[in-house]
Amino acid sequence: MSGEIEISVKNLNLWFGNFQALKNVNIDIPKNAVTALIGPSGCGKSTFIKTLDRMNDLVDNVKFTGEVIYKGRNILNSDTDVVALRKEIGMVFQKPNPFPKSIFDNVAYGPRVHGIRDKKALNEIVERSLKGAAIWDEVKDRLNESALRLSGGQQQRLCIARLLAVEPDVLLMDEPASALDPIATSKIEDLIYELKKEYTIIIVTHNMQQAARVSSHTAFFFLGELVEYASTIDLFERPREKKTEDYVTGKFG
Amino acid sequence: MPAKRREIVPMALLWGAGISTIVILIVILAYILAKGLPLISWHFLTTNPGVRGQTGAGIYSTIVATVAVTGVALLVAAPLSVGGAIYLNEYTRENLLRKVIRQAAEVLAGIPSIIIGLFGFLFFVIYLLPYTGGWSVLSAGLTLAFMVLPISLRISEEALKAVPGELREGSLGLGATKWQSITTVVLPTALPGIITGLILGMGRAIGETAAILLTAGGALGVIQSLRDPACPMTLYIYNILTEYNDTSAAYGTAAVLIIAILAITFITDWLMNSYTKKLQGL
Repeated sequence: MSGEIEISVKNLNLWFGNFQALKNVNIDIPKNAVTALIGPSGCGKSTFIKTLDRMNDLVDNVKFTGEVIYKGRNILNSDTDVVALRKEIGMVFQKPNPFPKSIFDNVAYGPRVHGIRDKKALNEIVERSLKGAAIWDEVKDRLNESALRLSGGQQQRLCIARLLAVEPDVLLMDEPASALDPIATSKIEDLIYELKKEYTIIIVTHNMQQAARVSSHTAFFFLGELVEYASTIDLFERPREKKTEDYVTGKFG
Repeated sequence: MPAKRREIVPMALLWGAGISTIVILIVILAYILAKGLPLISWHFLTTNPGVRGQTGAGIYSTIVATVAVTGVALLVAAPLSVGGAIYLNEYTRENLLRKVIRQAAEVLAGIPSIIIGLFGFLFFVIYLLPYTGGWSVLSAGLTLAFMVLPISLRISEEALKAVPGELREGSLGLGATKWQSITTVVLPTALPGIITGLILGMGRAIGETAAILLTAGGALGVIQSLRDPACPMTLYIYNILTEYNDTSAAYGTAAVLIIAILAITFITDWLMNSYTKKLQGL
């Protein structure tokens, strides 16, 4: 693999109680590129990205072994400051989850909890973030309206803007378009294409066309194992593993 | 008998059961208001009760006493119940401790008020006499806090539980701490439910008599401090009916009490509805 590595995962195992959800996963995530994670439901791909920002910590009885090296340190260590980590590695969720606050307050939420109070600075951050998420033109005249009045697709782009406002390095996206209609989906995909210039993006998707459209690398997960990881073109056109070929050609799913 | 006609009897019985709730409420309200409303006047509300229920006096000091006792109860119970609910819902996982605390709240809510009053009498009125002043607003308010607490705790917990987990994840995912997430996202979203719990608890406190009887003291003067004995409206009604010859003032007091409770219920309902609508951007 060419280019810089943002996150390096080594021998990652993860259990929920007695159930092993991830089995010895090794993967290097390239910087400023889009990596897609595909696989059937329950294969561990969502669990995998939730490990990267330690969101799995919120689940009962979770334990893990192995290493996730990010900026030279193993973020799985118990002394990791998960609050600081989540500022650097942000997550976009499957279902848009704007706060029941105004559009402005949603985007300003992150900067505010990190101590920015200056009105002018907040205005700038909000505008820059909304522009970054390609939603500024649609909302610039209604920043004080409730975010819940936006359409689903707009809400999801607002959630991306909210994330950009805390200036993360990595964006984790857990099926960000699965609850959206085709037009809203294509807007999100265009946005991902723009965002990869500045951010490292890892996207979980059920939709193989989407993986093929937006990503440079694709990882295929099955039953908690990383079966194959390659450039997206290779994975879809010249899969090395029989299992991958069966999945990408639609023999199971 | 055709099938359709056989249905009529159970239908009618169930309809009657449903309607009787409304009828009972209307009968009680109508009876009290019919007897009490004619007595209510500015003079009635702003004059103190006379000696032995003398005709033509008012209920001013009992209104003050009800407000003070309820206020003390809420001031104590609100932080404890909301804080407890936050602890249970946000900081513990579903475990034994949580079940035990929840069960305890339910048992506490089910204890007869005269027994709570007995405890309040022994503990606040007698044991803590130097601090509470014995029979006093403080003793009565603290005793009532035990009755408000479980109601408010359970309802606050339900309100917090109803806040979608995605909102917490969204906030934590932006690098907010748990406490920041709770204060800026979870609590504002759960606020209508929390307030509803406090209002229900407040209704309980305003209407309570047995526990007040044993702890408030029943003095009819206007209180000067929280350590003074007092006679809230419910206790005044009880005293009039059991001790005085002229019982008409009891109906006037009852009407004031009912109107106050109805007003609080409708006003908070309205406020919470508009708040919820604002949250949802409607």
